[in-house]
Amino acid sequence: MLVAKNRNREFSVRYLPGFSSMAILCFVLLYAPIVALVIYSFNSGTNIALWEGFSLQWYVVAWENELVQEVTFRSLIVASIASVTATTLATMAALGTTRTRNYRGQMVIYAVINQPLMVPEIVTGVALLIFFAIIKAATGYHGLTYLVAAHTAFCIPFAYMPIRARLEGMDGILETAAQDLYATPVQTLRRITLPLLWPGILAGLMLAFVISLDDVVITELVKSAGQDTLPTYMLGQLRRGITPEVNAISSALLGVSVLLVSIFFILRTR
Amino acid sequence: MSNSAAEVRSSNRGLHEHSEVARRKKEVRNNLLLCTPALIVLILAAAGPLLIVLIYTFLKAGPYGGVIWEWSWDGWFQVFLKKDIFDDTVSIADAHISIFWRSVKLSVQSTLTALILGFPTAYFIATRSPNTRNLWLFLITIPFWTNLLIRTFAIMQVIRDQGIINTLLINFGFIETPIEMLYTEFSIMLGMAYVYLPLMVLPLYASIEKLDFRLIEAAYDLYATRIFVLWRIIIPLVKPGIIAGSILVFIPSLGAYVTPRVLGGGKNLMLGNLIELQFGQGRNWPLGAALSITLLVIVMVSLLVYVQNLQRKSD
Amino acid sequence: MSDPISQRQIAVEIDSATKIFESETSSVTALDNVSLKIRENEFFTLLGPSGCGKTTLLRLIAGFEHPTSGRIRLYQEDITFLPPYTRPVNTVFQNYALFPHMTVRQNVSFGLEMLKRPKGEIEKTVDEVLNLVRMEELGDRQTSDISGGQQQRVALARALAPKPKVLLLDESLSALDYKLRQDMQIELKRLQHETGITFVFVTHDQEEALTMSDRMAVINEGRVLQVGTPSEIYNFPTERFVAEFIGDSNFLEGQITEQNETHVRVQFSPASAVELPSGQTLLSAKKVTVAVRPEQATLTSATEQATLQGVVKSMVYFGTHTHYVVELDSGDEFTVHLQNIRGHELHYENGSRIGVMLDPAAMQILKD
Repeated sequence: MLVAKNRNREFSVRYLPGFSSMAILCFVLLYAPIVALVIYSFNSGTNIALWEGFSLQWYVVAWENELVQEVTFRSLIVASIASVTATTLATMAALGTTRTRNYRGQMVIYAVINQPLMVPEIVTGVALLIFFAIIKAATGYHGLTYLVAAHTAFCIPFAYMPIRARLEGMDGILETAAQDLYATPVQTLRRITLPLLWPGILAGLMLAFVISLDDVVITELVKSAGQDTLPTYMLGQLRRGITPEVNAISSALLGVSVLLVSIFFILRTR
Repeated sequence: MSNSAAEVRSSNRGLHEHSEVARRKKEVRNNLLLCTPALIVLILAAAGPLLIVLIYTFLKAGPYGGVIWEWSWDGWFQVFLKKDIFDDTVSIADAHISIFWRSVKLSVQSTLTALILGFPTAYFIATRSPNTRNLWLFLITIPFWTNLLIRTFAIMQVIRDQGIINTLLINFGFIETPIEMLYTEFSIMLGMAYVYLPLMVLPLYASIEKLDFRLIEAAYDLYATRIFVLWRIIIPLVKPGIIAGSILVFIPSLGAYVTPRVLGGGKNLMLGNLIELQFGQGRNWPLGAALSITLLVIVMVSLLVYVQNLQRKSD
Repeated sequence: MSDPISQRQIAVEIDSATKIFESETSSVTALDNVSLKIRENEFFTLLGPSGCGKTTLLRLIAGFEHPTSGRIRLYQEDITFLPPYTRPVNTVFQNYALFPHMTVRQNVSFGLEMLKRPKGEIEKTVDEVLNLVRMEELGDRQTSDISGGQQQRVALARALAPKPKVLLLDESLSALDYKLRQDMQIELKRLQHETGITFVFVTHDQEEALTMSDRMAVINEGRVLQVGTPSEIYNFPTERFVAEFIGDSNFLEGQITEQNETHVRVQFSPASAVELPSGQTLLSAKKVTVAVRPEQATLTSATEQATLQGVVKSMVYFGTHTHYVVELDSGDEFTVHLQNIRGHELHYENGSRIGVMLDPAAMQILKD
């Protein structure tokens, strides 16, 4: 009887004991801290460990904090300009490196494009700090351009990845067909290539925006005085420990990232 | 007759070869032109400045930060050695050595932790049905695309003295005083394993997904046990994924800045913090530059191993 | 059939085209000095095994590739190096290559839009063409929402809409299942008849080529082996490859022993010889190969009357025919297909001594 009962469960080659529970535990560990953070951002008390009831007051406090408004606005400006520029440049670069006959120098181009992914952020940050210090000394200009340029550069590989993947998955025969139907190369690009590439471009834009919005290390090193972005502001607030206000900001930022990344995934699977 | 035909053909061929070569040249030129704007931005604001860092390692530190344009080995010298201010005796810079050691140790530990957690997770995802697989993958990647600082904050709140773990343990009467976890090396290690876990799972998943389960069927058919199959069949087959994932976690751990700063509480510095310090309070830019190049070299060597591993996998 | 094809204008002329694909490591000759003349309003098929160069030839006409040497002319005009978007030639691609982000209508009107035709004309033409391929109902569908056969029709409509001078079809039916394919074969012939456009059709399917073409070219290893009407190709193959690739053939090795104005005498063995009409070729070679279609030979138990003698080796019944394999006294095998006519069934046992009777008019001397 016992044997028969065991036989009820079909033998599975894929099964390994304990792996599923371990995986579920892993997902729980991954999400529990984030979920806790979001829950506690709705806590009405000042003590972030003790639940005292639901409230939106910390969101209100954060919203009304002029400094938070300022750094949020700056983050959005930098992320918008950097992601749009990076995506445009990455699209062009993807068109110039994908589905062509291999040419000399292609490997160098790949290396340069992916360079920000390979070099530790702290090293890039230090390099930009030194380089921009020289330019700042020479020109006397201390504006936001430095930050935008730095963000654009490290966003390029993130925008490039999905665009290139999309382009590689695209059947070149469609462009051939367009040319057969009297479309010039420019018309082919406008009517066939770009519309088909669009989900990839949008996905690249989303990723670039999220990456720029989240950056701490490079921004921390590159920014001039008074150029805090939201993440560097939050890092600075740490000296006072984690306040419920920081929790609220974190949750809001988390929400934006999750939303954008979800859109990215939906676009990618389309 | 045949003579003239040959003539026509050869001239024709010459004309064409010209046009074919010209066409190919034009294509390459267009491609390069398309890449140029991106390359300019990347060279100006990412790759190029690295060269300046290298130059700065050989300059003299300025008194208030910056550099004096004089040749000096001080930057490199100070990476591992220190000179006594009073009697000029040279000794090992034990503070730096211990930071290097801590960086390597914690990076290895966090890599192993991520591997132990990540392997079953990747296996679990890879053995789901194709429809649900993407959802699980999505769940693994979501945290990776959210702010690293926020995720570090989240971990901080869980493990601090008044955090969830300690509060629960005290409330249930397991302990009386909170276990001190925050601002220790352990918390840094845990934090890094936590934030870089997706980088472990994704390459592992990629190689487990390609696993040919007929081989495993064959092993079971030949009386292998589950443990034997795991150790002698599955793990050797997905070894490239294990190496790739480990390097992908190890590299950012080694250069981590935010996680040790937030979870180390300023006491337990890692390489990234040491570098930053030289450009802040330390005001020793050549040393900071030399440390940066050192870190860069370690990372590049690791990446080389990674790339070679990838190539072997594709062979 | 008032205008025989041979009197029509030449639509496409391939003049000693050679195409060599060169990469850093290798160089492959896809086409070797190919010359062809395709006439106006002709259904012309390029037939050959995969990799023989037929698709490359099509791509040269379309302008996707340029020949390494040689010329392509369209109504006497040299188009060799013209880009594809300037040639009044359209292609139906193997996997249709429909634009996935456009509806059926948008796909069909694409070419006309690119040609900057007035809006009203575009609408009218698209309606006409969709009618022509019987897709008028599905114009607003997304191309991913229609069946393979329908996609095929849309691809046809799209290529026909700009009214090209030549329509190129690249293995266009190979993705369809058998039944659909037969329907589309009839459909294609109808379309060609109704539009009056020259069709150049690429296929590896000999049956398709025989049933659909006005004329066809058999291509192998980058060379055109023979050009002719389907019956010319079938009945008078000039090369062994053609005889083998299209239908079945028996090959007999022989020697020319006598040759005069009217006859060629080919000796297979001391005991057996045939006299063929010498009209087809004037041969210089002494050794020749003669091709005989299996259905052109008959069997007889009166072995002494037959040209060749042997033993029945196997017999397979196919309904309309019975296939016999005879092992000849020379050691070669010879296949004969005998038609089964009720009341006149012939039956020969395995192992029985048999004679093979050959009709000199149905024998073909091959080029070496």
